[in-house]
Amino acid sequence: MKDSADTFSGRLEDRRFLTGAGRYIDDIVLGRQCYMALVLSPYAHATIDAIDIEDAMAMPGVLEVLTGKEVEADGLGPVPPFFMPKLWGGPDGYGTLRPILAIDKVRCVGDRVAIVMAETKDQARLAAEAVVVDYNMLPVVTDARAALAENAPRLWDDCETGNLSCKIEMGDKAKTAAAFDKAEVTVRCHLKSPRVAPTSLEPRGCIGDYDSAEDRYTLYTSSQDPHGFRSVIARNVLKIAESRIRVVSPDVGGGFGLKAHMHPEDALVLWASRRVGRPVKWIATRSEALLTDTQGRGQEVEAEIAFNRDGKVLAVRATAWHNLGAYFWGTATPPIFFSLQLVPNIYDIGAVDLTTHAVFTNIAPMSVYRGAGRPEATFLIERLMDEAAAAIGMDAATFREINAIRPEAMPYTTATNMVYDSGDFGAMIAQCKASADWDGYAARIAASEARGRLRGRSLISYIEIAGVMNERMEIKFEPDGTLTILAGTHSHGQGHATVFSQMVADWLSVPVENIRYVQGDTDKVLIGRGTFAARSSMLGGTALLKAKDALIDRAKDMAAIILEADKDTLDFEEGLLKVRGTNKALPLIETAKLFYLPAGPANALGIGLTGAGTSAGKPGAAPNYPNGCMVCEVEVNSETGALIIDRFVALDDAGRILNSTICEGQIHGGIAQGLGQALLEEVTYDEDGQLTSGSFMDYCLPRAEHMPQITSELLEVPCATNPLGVKGIGESGAIGAPAAIVNAILDAVRPRGVGALNMPVTQARLWAALRAAEEKDYR
Amino acid sequence: MELEGAFTVDRPRDEVWAALNDAEVLRAAIPGCQTLIADTDGYDATVQLKIGPVKAKFSGRVAIAEAVPGEKLVLSGEGNGGVAGFAKGSATVLLADNEGGTEVSYKAEVTIGGKLAQLGSRLIASTSRKLAAQFFDSLNETLAQREEHVQ
Repeated sequence: MKDSADTFSGRLEDRRFLTGAGRYIDDIVLGRQCYMALVLSPYAHATIDAIDIEDAMAMPGVLEVLTGKEVEADGLGPVPPFFMPKLWGGPDGYGTLRPILAIDKVRCVGDRVAIVMAETKDQARLAAEAVVVDYNMLPVVTDARAALAENAPRLWDDCETGNLSCKIEMGDKAKTAAAFDKAEVTVRCHLKSPRVAPTSLEPRGCIGDYDSAEDRYTLYTSSQDPHGFRSVIARNVLKIAESRIRVVSPDVGGGFGLKAHMHPEDALVLWASRRVGRPVKWIATRSEALLTDTQGRGQEVEAEIAFNRDGKVLAVRATAWHNLGAYFWGTATPPIFFSLQLVPNIYDIGAVDLTTHAVFTNIAPMSVYRGAGRPEATFLIERLMDEAAAAIGMDAATFREINAIRPEAMPYTTATNMVYDSGDFGAMIAQCKASADWDGYAARIAASEARGRLRGRSLISYIEIAGVMNERMEIKFEPDGTLTILAGTHSHGQGHATVFSQMVADWLSVPVENIRYVQGDTDKVLIGRGTFAARSSMLGGTALLKAKDALIDRAKDMAAIILEADKDTLDFEEGLLKVRGTNKALPLIETAKLFYLPAGPANALGIGLTGAGTSAGKPGAAPNYPNGCMVCEVEVNSETGALIIDRFVALDDAGRILNSTICEGQIHGGIAQGLGQALLEEVTYDEDGQLTSGSFMDYCLPRAEHMPQITSELLEVPCATNPLGVKGIGESGAIGAPAAIVNAILDAVRPRGVGALNMPVTQARLWAALRAAEEKDYR
Repeated sequence: MELEGAFTVDRPRDEVWAALNDAEVLRAAIPGCQTLIADTDGYDATVQLKIGPVKAKFSGRVAIAEAVPGEKLVLSGEGNGGVAGFAKGSATVLLADNEGGTEVSYKAEVTIGGKLAQLGSRLIASTSRKLAAQFFDSLNETLAQREEHVQ
């Protein structure tokens, strides 16, 4: 397979996006559509004693006001978690059942309490303000560790373990304790990964359209997983057959995990449409997004590492707390799991003892966000590695080289039961050092010092687990010999139409412009899992390969008849079905057309030429393990705390590369989000559970000026467990960047006595840490 | 959050005490105050406020929990600004003689919510200081005018 970046001059999607022809939810205007506005809880924890909708109903343009009472009366079911840790071999845990409108209690600021439908958006919002809710405030807890205290306010009365949903443990306690006992050195870290807001450029939005003639619902929604949304809404909320809901997700302006699972609004617009007899539209404002979207991260961990003076790591022990927020919502399980399972990273660590607690608090629910637990795991181990190297005065890169798993150890089973199939981690570190001129650092730090600046650097590794669940792709010939790909994956910025179409064009020797790419419509695509967790290259790609094989196999039935040859003697090469050892051949496209003639061999073979393929990943089949190495160099102004990222090299093993330009785009985007987490972004709540980062005045996203020049290089170590040899790439940048950046900053300021910094390392925080260290020095 | 401050009113203590318990004086001095109606144990008021990007009319009730004439006033109250949010809390106001007249110091414990918290929380302390300064400025002015009027 060749790298399609060699021949392409931009993505197939680009014309549409760059000319403003993309079609997002707010671009869709249905006849007679009305608008929904939300009434959200201003309290983090309260009972709802009464709701007075009379004034709101009387306001201009108002069509309907609905509350939890109507949710119950109409028999709409609550939404359970998408899956619980038990599915992945964890404990049962306590999973919440969340009604789509709060019934008698709110558990976080932004809980949905009522909805108002009106002729215009403004009328709906004004009327929502007129809904009077009588709340009775309850005590609030926002911190995961505080929520485990005996006397902490409880969120769920029937959860027998208080605010603890579940505790997940991995590794071997006895073996780890023994390793710690005999280790020459141990080092501890206390780390926090604050909550971050996924912040898609296109906010969440949806339109519900109930067709009373067909008794059928259509949901247009900004989703990463249309079939998943349909399942949850049909089974759990509306309790109707899945065939009675169609979900359409056209262009989606960024997902990052936020749109991997439905939010209450997706069900609310459908229900509201049936109630008012008109299409109902809702688009989140930015304030609503920051208040009501699921958030990522939210972990605190106390960790320690045991090692010898020669640099060999013996064991890692950690206790962590994941802040679930008020509900166990959507796909919260993967981040909790992966934050432990990926701790060994690329290192040969004999023993681990890892525990995390998933805890309910009165803040917005946590779910997946680009990386989902892997950044927490990487941050934990890479912070420990740097502190360990510093403790024995060893070069940080050398420390890692000593502990990297050797290629001859493949397949390698980690202490957390992952089986790495491939990877050349030592070579990776060596190449990354060379690209970053690691050995020329002395001159650069001298130059910085000459200008009165502090300089620091880091080298970190990351590993990713990609390829969850199975997937289906379908290739279909049209009667005129053109093709349609029906994708179970869902591209929302990943360039699938370009990459998958190019693969099919190469395999079948058809012009890429004769291929139509269809995704994101449950009426067109039989089934799909959507796109998240860097899954689509492996699962979409492999399923597409199998679909191609199935299609060729069926084409051979036709060619065998036309060429009067045995099917077994046919080969497919360069667009031709050839009889082996002869010059008899039939072009695939002509073969395809024969399948659509009103008479002829299709009568016996069946009309139509299509092929479908299925691929499988975790659980049940092997995932892939993308991995890489990053070098970051920073310069710090110790007077002001200002920071410049002066050098950033990312070397990624994404297995066989399908399109290097698109891979690098993914890496850049991931690093930008990792940088945001490291330096700028933090969702904050005050002690009463009030969101205090409710706008971009207080929630800081990376801007162009924050971004360094990124040197991105790709190392192709083929994955041994899928036929394409591909590994994921979508999350990689976001997984490694926080550790790379924070380690480099600490390397710069450690000589000044700053030994720990919490993310985000804002200029103010860095300045304060430098001043505090200075004062300590004077005393 | 906790808010505190102290201001000097250049009048004797009994006069300041009377002013602080005079609905008419309070209505004139409270920035943005539109209505203020006194009853036996407190006030009902509406106040138009702008804190950062949040501008809203808050209506609420302030109850007098404790009053030691000339010395101390303990208040509790809450205000609701609709979707703009809410504020509730309590305050202790102390009066003491000082060189310029009377020192009025206050200490308040305030809880805010809704848009006020989401958009304006980091502006609450500075805005409240500014509003307090405005209040005492106009209180001084009112009392000075009264004096002129009497003379």
